[in-house]
Amino acid sequence: MRALCWEGKRNVRVENVPDPKILNSRDAIVRITSTAICGSDLHLYNGFVPSMEKGDILGHEFMGEVVEVGRAVKNLAVGDRVVVPFPIACGSCAMCSRDLFSLCENSNPNSWMASKLWGHSPAGIFGYSHLTGGYAGGQAEYARVPFADVGPLKVPESMPDDQALFLSDIFPTGYMGAEMCDISAGDVIAVWGAGPVGQFAIASAKLLGAERVIAIDRFPYRLRMAMERAGATDIINYEETSVLETLNELTGGRGPDACIDAVGMEAHGHAAMNAYDRAKQALMLETDRPLALREAVLACRNGGTVSVIGVYGGFIDKFPMGSVMNRSLTIKTGQCHVQRYMKPLLERIQKGEIDPSFVITHRMQLDEAPEGYDIFLNKRDGCEKVVLKT
Amino acid sequence: MTTATQDTRAGDASFAGKPLGNSGRDAGWARERETGHRSGRGDGERLARALGLFSIGLGLAQVLTPRGVTRAVGLEDDEGNRKTMLAIGLREMATGVGLLTRQHPTTFAWGRVAGDVMDLAVLGRAFRSDRTDKNRVGAATAAVLGVMVLDVIAGQKLSHSGNGVGAERRRQGGIKVKKSITINQPPEKAYSLWRNFENLPRFMAHLESVRVMDDRRSYWKAKAPLGATVEWTAEITEDLPNDLIEWRSTEDADVPNSGRVRFVPAPGGRGTEVHVELEYDPPGGVIGATIAKLFGEEPSQQVDGDLRRFKQVLEVGEVVHSDASVHRGLHPARPSAETPPLAPRYDGAPS
Repeated sequence: MRALCWEGKRNVRVENVPDPKILNSRDAIVRITSTAICGSDLHLYNGFVPSMEKGDILGHEFMGEVVEVGRAVKNLAVGDRVVVPFPIACGSCAMCSRDLFSLCENSNPNSWMASKLWGHSPAGIFGYSHLTGGYAGGQAEYARVPFADVGPLKVPESMPDDQALFLSDIFPTGYMGAEMCDISAGDVIAVWGAGPVGQFAIASAKLLGAERVIAIDRFPYRLRMAMERAGATDIINYEETSVLETLNELTGGRGPDACIDAVGMEAHGHAAMNAYDRAKQALMLETDRPLALREAVLACRNGGTVSVIGVYGGFIDKFPMGSVMNRSLTIKTGQCHVQRYMKPLLERIQKGEIDPSFVITHRMQLDEAPEGYDIFLNKRDGCEKVVLKT
Repeated sequence: MTTATQDTRAGDASFAGKPLGNSGRDAGWARERETGHRSGRGDGERLARALGLFSIGLGLAQVLTPRGVTRAVGLEDDEGNRKTMLAIGLREMATGVGLLTRQHPTTFAWGRVAGDVMDLAVLGRAFRSDRTDKNRVGAATAAVLGVMVLDVIAGQKLSHSGNGVGAERRRQGGIKVKKSITINQPPEKAYSLWRNFENLPRFMAHLESVRVMDDRRSYWKAKAPLGATVEWTAEITEDLPNDLIEWRSTEDADVPNSGRVRFVPAPGGRGTEVHVELEYDPPGGVIGATIAKLFGEEPSQQVDGDLRRFKQVLEVGEVVHSDASVHRGLHPARPSAETPPLAPRYDGAPS
């Protein structure tokens, strides 16, 4: 089959690789019809995530048709159309029993590696380094899906791929980011990052009843999408205005009730701090550049919540813990427990409350994936989200 | 979720019981500690201090002028070799400081031996290359061999002196590993999977097979570092259903070993805490164990992996594989043309 393989920093290639096979009795093999490039794939692309091997197949947002099932899979049949959640979860360990699927205790065969870096190991993830299992990803013609009786969700025939695909990651991830804000009437939510996850965080905050949602980014086309398509009430271009001052202005000096970091480890920011973090990252004195996170903490109102859904990999520097502690802030975070949200969000799509396809700006063939990475990384051609068809 | 300690304290003869509150059962487990012959200690420490100073000096030279040292030992002066030299320099300095601080000099003395083995590997590779100065590489190899003799002497003297971890390893029979994991299943299920020893190779990566001979004895075959195989007969020394199993190898074993596993109900209905303790005498003693570590055979990591797979078999019915993990060693995350044979599902697991 054809698959997009990581060959080194900023070097991906579509290669011929062997077709996947059933390895465990609860596996399914899916023929992929649509797959997407995620912002977190760019962290791998840019070489910021350790434990990548040359030849790793990338991709964790995919859907398609079941072509084979292991003998212990009873709920799926060949021919079913499914969308696959990015965390791999067994459904029976202590974490899965509590609906904390991205913390599955059984799905990461390289848990020792993750435990060394992070203390304990989270779940395995498709196409997302060897720290999270060494699973082949879904930017390919076929994928092996472990625990197929737990994760994949059947998609109604009437729903096109473009609407269902993002149930695999970015819609649930944005939704969980908003849900962690415990939104109540009158709440103002600020969202750092108007990339695809940020757009869904904004849209979800609106769905959950936020009074105002403020989008923060530096690309006018992304801020426009946030306002016109996702439902942001206000936008801040941080290259033009001071974020903290503007947020205070917009909230009568209180600060937003909750702040969502939908940026993560490769944030950009104003000159001095940006240079500081880039230098530390280059010298490997910190692995992640937490510019958005620092600002989200400082902006948040007293007693408010900082919801972190942007991806961090290792260590950050100059974290304003004094602000968190003295102002009783709550930090909530996590890789999305996608399995928990797929069904209710599918229903919201069916009811017409949201059409997730609004983020798609580029549809390409799998063979064009390397170009897709380049366009997405460099924000060329108004790129918000690249979907690959096979 | 798993916890581990690899016991390195000197004289902790009753390590097996304390954390588990079960000291009554420990008497037979920990071996009696001999009283050390102390004569070698002063010599060993003096030699260790000298080697410590030597390490720091060499390390400083390698870190400050990696290019000069690279040329001096006859290696090609390229980016890769300079980086290797820098890494070796940092290692030398760390070992030197370790020897001088006198907290665990024995460990650092054997660490120097391990470092010598690594250096010899680098030089051996240089010998095969046609871009190196063979005379200089030969002289450097002779120097490393000479220092290695001193390192081994220091290590042995310190080990005999009853000061530090090596001594404990010699007396008590080698490496000890403690690990635990929580499994979302009742103790009966965990006990019964383990108690049928023929199940162990399902999740213990280094076991090739276990054949049960009678209700107390079983015959074990395991893979050892560097492609070797070791075999032994084990006998159960204690067996309390759903609670504890203890075993030890019989006298003729090449690698004397013993083990103990306890199944403790976890609080608040969280399933079963499985606490494992293993002890074994690696072939080649401490040097063998240190060299094995260099080849990635870290015992505490092995036991951690074994316990995680044990949990997988109990919670999901089989060992969970990724595209990379079905292969030994590193492999890219992609399907491969040939898949190794995989174990069938375990019948006793939940369906």
